[in-house]
Amino acid sequence: MALLSRKGTLFLLFLFSIFLLSASASNGSGEEEEEFWEELLLKPLPDRKVLSHFHFQNEAPLSDSFARHHHLFPKSIAQLVKKFHIKAMELSFTQGRWNYERWGGFDPISSHNAKPPGVELWAVFDVPPHQVDASWKDLTHALSGLFCASINFLESSTTYSAPKWTFQSALGSLRYGTLPREAVCTENLTPWLKLLPCRDKAGLSALMDRPSIYKSFYHSQRLHLTQAKTGANPKNSRVVLEQTLTVVLQPNILTGGTNYVSEAKMQPSWSLSSIFGRKINGRCVLAKSSNVYLQVERGLVTQLENLQSSTATFAANGTNLDDFGRNVGFELSVNPDRVLKEVEKSSSILYEYPIKVHKDSEQFDLGITWKHPVIWSTPHVPLYASRFLMGSGNERGAIAICMKSTESTQELVAANYVDQRCNFQVNVLQIVPWYIKVYYHTLQLFVDEKPQILTDFVERMHVSPSEDKVSPGLMELVLKLPCEVKSAVLNIEFDKGFLHIDEYPPDANQGFDIPSAIISFPDFNAGLQFSDNSLSKTPMLSKLQERSPVISYTEVLLVPLTTPDFSMPYNVITITCTVFALYFGSLLNALRRRVGEEERRLNDKGGKKDALLNRVLGKLSSKFRGRSSVSSQPSSSSSSSLISPKLILRVLLVAGIAVAWQYYS
Amino acid sequence: MFHSVICSESRKLIAQYMLGLDAEVTYHNFYPQLNQFHPLHFFTSPDSSIISKNISCASIGMNTVGIIRAPRGDGKEAIVLVTPYNPKKVVLGEALSLGVAYSVFSLLSRVTWLAKDIIWLVADSQYGEYSSVSAWLREYQAPQFHRVVVNSETCNESSTIEGKLYSGFRRAGTIAAALVVKVAEDGNHFDDSLNIYAEASNGQMPNLDLINIVNYLAVHKQHLRIKVSKMWSLLGSKWLNTLGVVLECIGQYARRLNPQWKFGIPANEYVEGTATLASSMYYQGLGVPTGPHGAFRDYQVDAITVEISPKVSPTKMNRHIDFIFRGGRLIEGVVRSINNLLEKFHQSFFLYLLTSPSKFVSVGVYMIPFALLGAPLPIVAASLYMFSSKTTPQAPVASEVDFSLESWKWINSAKKVFVIHLWGVAVSLLPYFLCRIPGLTPTNNLTVWGSFAVLSLVILFSMLGYPTSVAVPSEAEKREWANLKSVTLSATFIGLSLMSVINFATAEIGALLIVPFCLMARPLMLDIQARSMRTLLLATCNLALGFIAFPPCAFLLLKSAFDSSGGYNISDYWNWMESLWAWNSATYLYIGIVHLPCWALCIHILFHPS
Repeated sequence: MALLSRKGTLFLLFLFSIFLLSASASNGSGEEEEEFWEELLLKPLPDRKVLSHFHFQNEAPLSDSFARHHHLFPKSIAQLVKKFHIKAMELSFTQGRWNYERWGGFDPISSHNAKPPGVELWAVFDVPPHQVDASWKDLTHALSGLFCASINFLESSTTYSAPKWTFQSALGSLRYGTLPREAVCTENLTPWLKLLPCRDKAGLSALMDRPSIYKSFYHSQRLHLTQAKTGANPKNSRVVLEQTLTVVLQPNILTGGTNYVSEAKMQPSWSLSSIFGRKINGRCVLAKSSNVYLQVERGLVTQLENLQSSTATFAANGTNLDDFGRNVGFELSVNPDRVLKEVEKSSSILYEYPIKVHKDSEQFDLGITWKHPVIWSTPHVPLYASRFLMGSGNERGAIAICMKSTESTQELVAANYVDQRCNFQVNVLQIVPWYIKVYYHTLQLFVDEKPQILTDFVERMHVSPSEDKVSPGLMELVLKLPCEVKSAVLNIEFDKGFLHIDEYPPDANQGFDIPSAIISFPDFNAGLQFSDNSLSKTPMLSKLQERSPVISYTEVLLVPLTTPDFSMPYNVITITCTVFALYFGSLLNALRRRVGEEERRLNDKGGKKDALLNRVLGKLSSKFRGRSSVSSQPSSSSSSSLISPKLILRVLLVAGIAVAWQYYS
Repeated sequence: MFHSVICSESRKLIAQYMLGLDAEVTYHNFYPQLNQFHPLHFFTSPDSSIISKNISCASIGMNTVGIIRAPRGDGKEAIVLVTPYNPKKVVLGEALSLGVAYSVFSLLSRVTWLAKDIIWLVADSQYGEYSSVSAWLREYQAPQFHRVVVNSETCNESSTIEGKLYSGFRRAGTIAAALVVKVAEDGNHFDDSLNIYAEASNGQMPNLDLINIVNYLAVHKQHLRIKVSKMWSLLGSKWLNTLGVVLECIGQYARRLNPQWKFGIPANEYVEGTATLASSMYYQGLGVPTGPHGAFRDYQVDAITVEISPKVSPTKMNRHIDFIFRGGRLIEGVVRSINNLLEKFHQSFFLYLLTSPSKFVSVGVYMIPFALLGAPLPIVAASLYMFSSKTTPQAPVASEVDFSLESWKWINSAKKVFVIHLWGVAVSLLPYFLCRIPGLTPTNNLTVWGSFAVLSLVILFSMLGYPTSVAVPSEAEKREWANLKSVTLSATFIGLSLMSVINFATAEIGALLIVPFCLMARPLMLDIQARSMRTLLLATCNLALGFIAFPPCAFLLLKSAFDSSGGYNISDYWNWMESLWAWNSATYLYIGIVHLPCWALCIHILFHPS
């Protein structure tokens, strides 16, 4: 009975637990669903190119168990987050360089999506400090397998570092590493697409025609992972996976003509089908929303308004840019559903096109036809940064980061004219590999071409010197520069180190890379403010409106290091062996020789000079007789001092035979 | 005024064309650098801080630079195309070279295979091709952040002609290679051909692979004839032709013996190879760059000058398009080859002498004659030292103190040699002060220089106690010359070895001149006293060698032998020396510090009273 009652209670407990579990599960699925959005932003650029920015967002509640089944969210990523306790992570694959001068740097797209060439990875872990490095190493291997890339090279402690201030909210558990040499191609895109619920079979991602994407001038595919807390309960957090692909494309190839100037001024007309070679057939049905946006930049809007006011007829009609793209400058092939405008005067405009469910009859193909040549410029980074190497030779050099003010800083000066002392903050992060031995004491700062004392401008500084073959050198500077600054140059000297023989790439290698420096401007806000916030806010729109600092990357540098001639050891070994052979040969010869013997031979030589002919004949006859030469041993040993005539005879004989043989053969 | 308008207009036009190709365009202002004597700058890279203060705006040179960014490249490396161009005096050859470069540039702005950035530098050559390129490179590689403002407000007006131009200096990664493109002014009447100039300062050469690429593409793809400079006078010389014929015969005979022995080459090829080798060695030994490519070598960048010389002169040419097409295709091929390199050129092909555009003598081979020339010096020095130390102690057993003095006898000679070398330093520094005095002709300069040298030498000898021939010399003094010679030989050997590291060709030519004289030198008195046929011959030989090894004589002799254009003037020597120090050539130092003192010491031995 007792036994039975026990069984009964166990059963009851089991039932109860099942009930609880199911209740919690149903509760969870009711409140926190997995969601997916897809969006595409198109933007004409001033240099006749088109920026297309795909944005996919996937959200899922963070569950405790590994075995949870996901409907939309990629399981591999969820497992990654679970296993390595990732708080935030960003991985980007980039080919080409973002042109900060022509494509701008002061908007959310460039600030988030302009990345250095190659692979860049940073991650924040939610683990105790001593486990961070281990988690990072595991993560690099996992990502390497997931994306078919050599991210696992970031495992080595010489390739990553822990910057403090450049990225937000890190506090010691952030790791940052780059691989500037990584080549990016379709094998990296395919696994990235696999994470999308519709892959590239339906929806906006179906536009990604590989040849046209990889023909682009800039190609950056990015994966951004964050944990967003929804409620007060820390367990109630959601994982947000943001996947973006930023491509800068040239709409059509210019046919070379004589009249190049006028041709250069006219923007090429394009449509989705002309730049991608495909049209949008319909939305991905799993997506919560699927939108295409066309952004008209601030500078372009101002130019178009100027154009409008100068053209009398349009001014009379009172048309403006809100009027669905019927303006002087360009014409849109499809009327937008909604026009979003920034709150400020002369602000950028977003045309929104929601994509409908697939219908065979109509395909979505947005096109823009330019009617009038317009020249505008994109908003630039506050300080246009370029980095270069100085000096030549294999011994030492210097890295210089040169920052030049653009119109953005001039606007800042204009805005803060009342303030007597207007300053803005610039964060510089520079990571150098260990074989570039930077002397941090040589750091110099030139503001407006005048040398300055560092402490006047540097607010904070964080330097962790490199350790040979262990860790890279890291330098973080927080600079406070006056608003009216024209140029600022940071200059630091270095020595080139020597690598171990097996660390060199094969033979005449090109050189070694110094990863990009990151220059960020926390005082400048890259976000856009749109007027109607109340309407449905898609992830891309909220991303565009997010207050975020302006970030720019500098160029990757190539340092030629001393390359030893690897065939040299072979030569040295050969020569050394020859010298040793000669030395030991003569030494042995000298040691072996006995003085008494020599003297005796010399005496013999005096007595037997006349018997030379006899002995030669005797020797010849003994040769002919063959074996019996053993008997004539003493005589031959005694005649060895008279080696020269015999030797000459032999050499002559051999040479004669050789010549005769050469001649007649 | 008219000139400056033309200048700015032509610059604007070039910039406009570059902008039309979507290139990034900037102007680079530079101040022409005056030729100055910097005795300590022979081995350092050019300094950027030397700008003379009183330069007016009109004398500012302005390079136009266009950069094409490789669309999918990472911008770590760049290839530079240079076209020197004088906007004040436009000649058709330069205009054609601009055309060739523009056609290549416009092609490269559209191609998809570009992996390295392309920089097109239109160098303003009104102050010399070299100085404009080197000024740009200095700004590129070692800019001066702290600027001394030299009335910049007035000078900037021309740099801001267009709003789209970025005012700052633009860069594009590490320079992988550079190509200077030129078109020769007058036709050569034979064939379209290509001249390659490769020698940079102090005999440095670009990587051989660069020359090979140009040679291969020009010969096999564009069917151009490639030429490197030759000593033309050697081509007609009888003895060389005879030697060539003899070698050809030997080679043929050897081939008959064994078909694998292929050292025999045709006589005319041998003569041409020798002429090219001589010229290659001369230009390397001179240490003066043969074109604007020399500026790149100062920053360890491989660069050559390619001069396309058309069949007919550009003024009479009626099909410019064809010419541009052909030249452009060659440049495109070279750029493409460099662009496709994942590595850099192999590091070991820098030491070579050219014998033809496709043949070379590598360091392993050309070191042998020098080693053979140099090897007797220490051996003879050692034997002379042994000789002098063996024969001097005449007294049977000298005291301990005496013996130690005997073994230190060479120190006296060493002192003499050292003082003479100091004299050499003083003589080579004198032109620095001479060129400060205004209004002196080269002949005057040379006279002052020569007389100072001789005067100081005489004073030095009188101070050192030159043994007068009147007094009967003691036995020890008689043997002194052997000691002196042994130290001189050692000094010569050290000097030549050092020079062979810096500039091999100079050392080789110098060794050819000085080593026989050094080895042969012995007091004339000895020979005259002996009065045999052999000793008299020896004395004449010595005198002749002493004459040849004297630097001005050697220069004039070589000039008359190899330069067919007549009119030899002694002032040429001054001009030649001046060009050497103006180009910071180490050859100048070699002549002043090694060659001249050794020659003086040998002459001293020659007239030693024994």
